[in-house]
Amino acid sequence: MATAEKYVGGGVPRKEDPKLLTGQGQFLEGLTLPGMLHAALVRSPHGSARINSVDVSAAAAAEGVVAALSGADLADEWAAGLPMAWPVTDDIRIPDHWPVAQDVVRYVGDAVAVVVATSRNAALDAAELVEVDYEVLEAVVDVEAALADGAPRVHESFDDNKSYTWALTNGDVDAAFAKADVVVAERYTQPRLIPNAMEPRAVVAQSVPSTGDFTVWSTTQIPHVAKVLFALTLGIPEGQIRVIAPPDVGGGFGSKLNVYAEEALCIALARRLGKPVKWVAGRSEGYLATIHGRDQVQEIEIAATSDGKILGYRVHILAAMGAYLQLVAPGVPLLGAFLYCGCYGGEAYHFECTGVFTNTTPTDAYRGAGRPEATYAIERVIDALAREVGVDAAEIRRRNFLPAGDMVQSPGGLAFDSADYEPALDRALELLDYDGFRSDQAERRAGGGRRQTGVGFSSYVEICGLAPSQVLASLKYGAGGWDAATVRMLPTGKAEVVTGSSPHGQGHVTSWSQIAADALGIPYEDVTVLHGDTHVAPHGMNTYGSRSLAVAGVAVHNACGRVVDKARGLAAHLLEVAPEDLEYEAGTFSVKGVPDRTKSMPELAFAAWTAHSLPEDSEPGLEASCVYDPPNFTFPFGTHVAVVEVDTETGAVDLVRYIAVDDCGPVINPVIVDGQVHGGVAQGIAAALYEEATYAEDGTLETASMVNYLVPSAAEFPSFETDRTVTPSTSNPMGVKGIGEAGTIGSAPAVINAIVDALSHLGVTDVPMPASPERVWRAIRAAQGGEE
Amino acid sequence: MKRVSMTVNGVRHEADVESRTLLVHFIREQLELTGTNVGCDTSSCGACTILMNGQSVKSCTVLAVQADGAAVTTVEGLASNGDWHPVQKAFHENHGLQCGFCTPGMMMAAVGYLDENPAPTEEEVRLALEGNLCRCTGYHNIVKAVLAAADDMGS
Ligand code: FES
Ligand code: FES
Repeated sequence: MATAEKYVGGGVPRKEDPKLLTGQGQFLEGLTLPGMLHAALVRSPHGSARINSVDVSAAAAAEGVVAALSGADLADEWAAGLPMAWPVTDDIRIPDHWPVAQDVVRYVGDAVAVVVATSRNAALDAAELVEVDYEVLEAVVDVEAALADGAPRVHESFDDNKSYTWALTNGDVDAAFAKADVVVAERYTQPRLIPNAMEPRAVVAQSVPSTGDFTVWSTTQIPHVAKVLFALTLGIPEGQIRVIAPPDVGGGFGSKLNVYAEEALCIALARRLGKPVKWVAGRSEGYLATIHGRDQVQEIEIAATSDGKILGYRVHILAAMGAYLQLVAPGVPLLGAFLYCGCYGGEAYHFECTGVFTNTTPTDAYRGAGRPEATYAIERVIDALAREVGVDAAEIRRRNFLPAGDMVQSPGGLAFDSADYEPALDRALELLDYDGFRSDQAERRAGGGRRQTGVGFSSYVEICGLAPSQVLASLKYGAGGWDAATVRMLPTGKAEVVTGSSPHGQGHVTSWSQIAADALGIPYEDVTVLHGDTHVAPHGMNTYGSRSLAVAGVAVHNACGRVVDKARGLAAHLLEVAPEDLEYEAGTFSVKGVPDRTKSMPELAFAAWTAHSLPEDSEPGLEASCVYDPPNFTFPFGTHVAVVEVDTETGAVDLVRYIAVDDCGPVINPVIVDGQVHGGVAQGIAAALYEEATYAEDGTLETASMVNYLVPSAAEFPSFETDRTVTPSTSNPMGVKGIGEAGTIGSAPAVINAIVDALSHLGVTDVPMPASPERVWRAIRAAQGGEE
Repeated sequence: MKRVSMTVNGVRHEADVESRTLLVHFIREQLELTGTNVGCDTSSCGACTILMNGQSVKSCTVLAVQADGAAVTTVEGLASNGDWHPVQKAFHENHGLQCGFCTPGMMMAAVGYLDENPAPTEEEVRLALEGNLCRCTGYHNIVKAVLAAADDMGS
């Protein structure tokens, strides 16, 4: 399809902005329906306890209360427990997970009762009147403690707290280690993180009692997937559920990629009470009841030659699942399982992960999901190797990069498309002025001042575009990896794009409009993008894992191509020539050699709608669909560089520069791509320096509100320096790869490597995340033989 | 119930409110101006920032009764006669928003600050916005937008 690209590649201002800038955003909290009731949950204050009794009578009698129900009262509502869609092994232990606990609570925040009232305040007030008698049990909150002999069991029905062990071996690992000159072994912890999308979760469920139809509005990333799972959980015929992700959803980062208790509960309550029911999370409530991310202990060993060539990898990780298995939680470590060798070569690779139950909020996919953890481990350990063999940190990466090429076999077992890792490293070094930096650093060291400087690198490769359905099947993922688009020309010459993606800040309306406008040769303003409503967009796999552009965006592109093909037939018919005799350029078909005989896309749209004269075998209308299932994942990559200054007396870290050179293939909208990088990088830096959710031994979440969980502000960041290399993917016709998570995947190890580099002359080799001043100070003291 | 009166976006409102009603809830629920968002319950996020008598305040930290007699501006009142405020324009032109949830509060904080300091440095803007959290943008383009708006308003 020959098109002049007019919009694709340009920083077109976003279509999403005007309403959001003027206070007309359609976020779910603003939705009110006639007769709507409000739900408030009563949650366990204990990490582990048996429920002896739940007395809702005082709450039920309170003003404005319509219903007050315990888990036992609601037991008949569920056709199945809350869904888990990624049983990674055949013998995985999957506990029952009821929306409201019935006899045992397993984490602080586990729901035990619900109160429904005519106002939110009335519901919240009455929820305080519910009396629950608990027998408190011993809790376990740490993955290693949970696996120890005699540890309290999160689920009594299982012999221990292990959910599964998943392993992968390529090549002869023992042989690789046997012949190595050096072996470097490191242990890292991935702190537990709270995703903190700025919009708290919310749900509104409405029933039509006479028909049994339901409409569910939810702040979700996955309306289509949720529809299927609501049907199964609630025993409602799927065709009678309509799920709507509101036009505006305030961020997700994986935290809205789930099927939550409160969603199922609002539907059940709407069914029971015949009225719309709304629930809105308070921020602190969300800290308990919305998934957390990370929380892993990693042991990584690499075997190498004396000049720093890596031969083999051995990786063991323990991954906290929390108290239950949320939607894709067991699979999160698997998304990293192939990446503990990063963009480097080697002969052999072993990875093993054990998923562990603890009395904590369930974990699941948080921005990057498995890939930031893997990248952190390899990018930290390769620096340790560099120190061990006395090779420069940039050079050791260069020595180990996989060769440039397409479908390059990685020791982890996957073949990477569009591999070309050196140019991104080179560009990052150039932006940094590496030699200049090293001489500045040497000068400062020689000066012996208290403020020392360091640089850290992270050369990452990641996996996006989830993905080919067959490959997902081999990993036991419970859904497909395709996505869908319908493109329809309207009689007035405008176009509607219906997409299966479900944006919540990514700007799909803008990017899909750019793609369609170029392909159809119509103005960008003339494209409308419809999304997020299962009645409007019947098919979709939705938005997570940086998959939207590489799957749903390609579906839009392909559907546009099919519309143009159909338009060609109609144009040929109307111009009375053969289709091959037409040229297509920017929305206009012209007869070859007779450039004034033309039909434009709007003319053809109208002709297809009136259907007065159509080619034989052609149907009215100018519309086409595509369900795109890519042949492979995509593998974006890049090199990130952090420069820090560390106050060696206080341990305070100042991030001075941050350089990100990413390769996500051709870019639809560079301004949006840069924005994704900025936001992703900020979340990775936040993990490296500030954020950590912690639990007391009894299961109390210590960082239970925004006051003591440090979400950094503008004051904590520098401006970021971004650049790109462009190596198209061969897995899809647009060559695109995805950029939503790259920033988060690349950034944390760059920052910690920089801190270690700044302190390496003092003997520091590791600083745990988050690198608070106290931890940095302790690392310095310990390295100098003082007490930790 | 207490009677309060205030001018919101140039329109005078009188209403009875419960004394515990927060200004943000009064604005959202009673006045049905839902542009101002609620992002937390600890006065931490700044999503609810508005202007009260020209000063930016977090409207979840003020009771509706405390705003009795005040002149309030919310995001809905930022444009005048359909013309966007320079801060709105700058956020649009510099991609200063992604999901847009923090944006109303972020812009109101910026408007309040630029009124105090019309020609800030990057560092000053970062410190001034410390009370407003954004999870999407990494603040890069928000800071850029505020500096661009300052330029625009100064020229
Ligand atoms: S809602 Fe978070 S500060 Fe007001
Ligand atoms: S734009 Fe999403 S929180 Fe700021």
